[in-house]
Amino acid sequence: MNLFYVTSFVLSIISASTPLLLAASGELITEKSGVLNLGVEGMMLIGAIAGFATAKATGNPYIGVLAAALAGVLISMIFAVLTLSLLANQIATGLALTIFGHGFAALLGAGYVGISAPTLPKLIIPFLSKIPFFGPVLFQQNILIYLSFAVIAGIAFFLRKTHAGLILRAVGDSHDAAHAMGYSVIAIRYAAVAFGGAMAGIAGAYLSLYYSPLWSQDLAAGRGWIALALVVFSAWRPFWLLAGAYLFGGITYLSLYLQGLGVPIPSPLISALPYVGTVVVLVLISRDRRRIRLNQPACLGKYFHAVA
Amino acid sequence: MFRLEPRGLKSEFWTFGSPVLAIILTIVTMCILFAIMGAPPISAIETFLIQPVLSVTGISSLLVRAAPLIMIAIGLSFCYRANVWNIGGDGQFTLGAIAGGGVALMLLPNAGFWFYPFVLVLGILGGMFWGGIVAFLKLHFNANEILTSLMLNYIAQLVLVWLVTGPWRDPQGFGFPQSAMFGAGATTPNFGTTTIHLGCLLAPLLAIAVWQIMARSVLGFQLKVVGQAPRAARYAGFSNAKLTWIALLVSGGLSGLAGIIEVTGPIGQLTTGITPGYGYTAVIVAFLGRLHPIGVIFAGLLLALSYLGGDAAQINLNLPNSITGIFQGVLLFYLLGADILILYRIKWPKPAVKAAKFVTEPAE
Repeated sequence: MNLFYVTSFVLSIISASTPLLLAASGELITEKSGVLNLGVEGMMLIGAIAGFATAKATGNPYIGVLAAALAGVLISMIFAVLTLSLLANQIATGLALTIFGHGFAALLGAGYVGISAPTLPKLIIPFLSKIPFFGPVLFQQNILIYLSFAVIAGIAFFLRKTHAGLILRAVGDSHDAAHAMGYSVIAIRYAAVAFGGAMAGIAGAYLSLYYSPLWSQDLAAGRGWIALALVVFSAWRPFWLLAGAYLFGGITYLSLYLQGLGVPIPSPLISALPYVGTVVVLVLISRDRRRIRLNQPACLGKYFHAVA
Repeated sequence: MFRLEPRGLKSEFWTFGSPVLAIILTIVTMCILFAIMGAPPISAIETFLIQPVLSVTGISSLLVRAAPLIMIAIGLSFCYRANVWNIGGDGQFTLGAIAGGGVALMLLPNAGFWFYPFVLVLGILGGMFWGGIVAFLKLHFNANEILTSLMLNYIAQLVLVWLVTGPWRDPQGFGFPQSAMFGAGATTPNFGTTTIHLGCLLAPLLAIAVWQIMARSVLGFQLKVVGQAPRAARYAGFSNAKLTWIALLVSGGLSGLAGIIEVTGPIGQLTTGITPGYGYTAVIVAFLGRLHPIGVIFAGLLLALSYLGGDAAQINLNLPNSITGIFQGVLLFYLLGADILILYRIKWPKPAVKAAKFVTEPAE
């Protein structure tokens, strides 16, 4: 009986952490290339509605996830064209992306409010899924939860062990040097922004096709912004990102759990817990200026214009 | 592909031409969008942008909508010029409403009009408090102000929800999540029988005041230098910390003032939905107004119109009113894109280029 509670506790945390992890891992790559895309929340919402509508139309949630990734890429390209080709301010453009994403997702989703779409099934692995605790936690999850771990491992490998990862980091740390070496800074950044868009889109699909069974306009509820904070929290290191996402997933779950328990704290205040937690964690992490400066991509947020 | 050639100097023409170009492109895009959604584009644009201001009531609602946007955006322009990325307008607005409204409700519900100025001051202080938290965390803990100010928006909203569903809920309100109506001591006066209230007058006056302060004071000069040439500012000994404090306190105070005027004026009580995202829309207002208080007045009116247009399109054309958000987002996209013309010339490659010319083209 006790094991049952522990299992469901761990499952809930995984469930709440995954969207943060998916979105933040995309943003990590984008920021590693030196681009700060504040539009994660907007891209998530676009991904969420694209995935939802496609799954509803085709009856297949997997096609929905692909559509969400594609929609995330497309919408991130607006950001890329403006900031990379037209040298617009990245902070303002990212905000514009979020405002636009809110409006566009609400427009596309106007006919779907309160409707459900086919949800992502759990992949039940025969025999192994029957093991107590480990079965449900490790061998009975939906595909995006496995994907989130695969992506983090892949990113860690890519950044540290591959030549392409080294180039990406070079572009983020010194775009002039990378340009002088003959790398196309702009093309590499386009690719990094597209990856961020795809992952945010998939995170959105996770919310609309698994986490929250009904469509609602406020599906993302600030998760895109928390994902951005997580990248700072992790000091741009993949495994710390994983830890951070699970910490915040835990806080999110805790706030739901406390409300369910009926503790004598008003529920709106408990709901504020993840946001307060984000501020507290940001403060604790950023306090050490040297650490941030050492780890932050040196060209983060700066525009690049090749003169020759 | 085109090539960007630095102008060397800012183009005066495009500083003001770019918002106009952006507005035109946005209207064209909206026409296409309306056509896709099956509404006749020209008459839909008319419903969206012109019809709302054809009547006196329409113009009154426009001014009422524009007032909070202008007040918040003046403060944001101030911040952005100093490179302080405050996007917590919504939270500061909400805290202003809570601080001013709360005291009016809890301490002196039956006060006369003499109490009104104190309510406004409390609103300003509430907004300053919320903005001050951002400044404190940024300066003492190096915390990114974009993320902290944004998180404080969510926190402020949830605090408001708690208050109006809990301790401040109107006992005679049939359980609705709202406070009692404010008394005479906390009611923003209207002009005559219109819905135009004191805030509609205050907003442009504040814009002019801030403009004059910025243009004539040492503070305004310092702010300009810090924003445009941070290293020069450091060399000149201007205190970055002091300016960050001032920027966030001023913008917090202005947002708080907008918030308390909104709840004591058009809304008349505290409810869970006191802002339709004014704090975010004000970001667009600030940029469209060229981060200048006077520009902000015009930009505020246009963005206010997009709210009315969204409502009109919903009623008359049966379109979802979320097209307001699309209009706002698209407008900011075009504006940011068009702003490149201020610093760069666009050079298109000549059509009849000899092969040899390509060798000299830059790699990009």
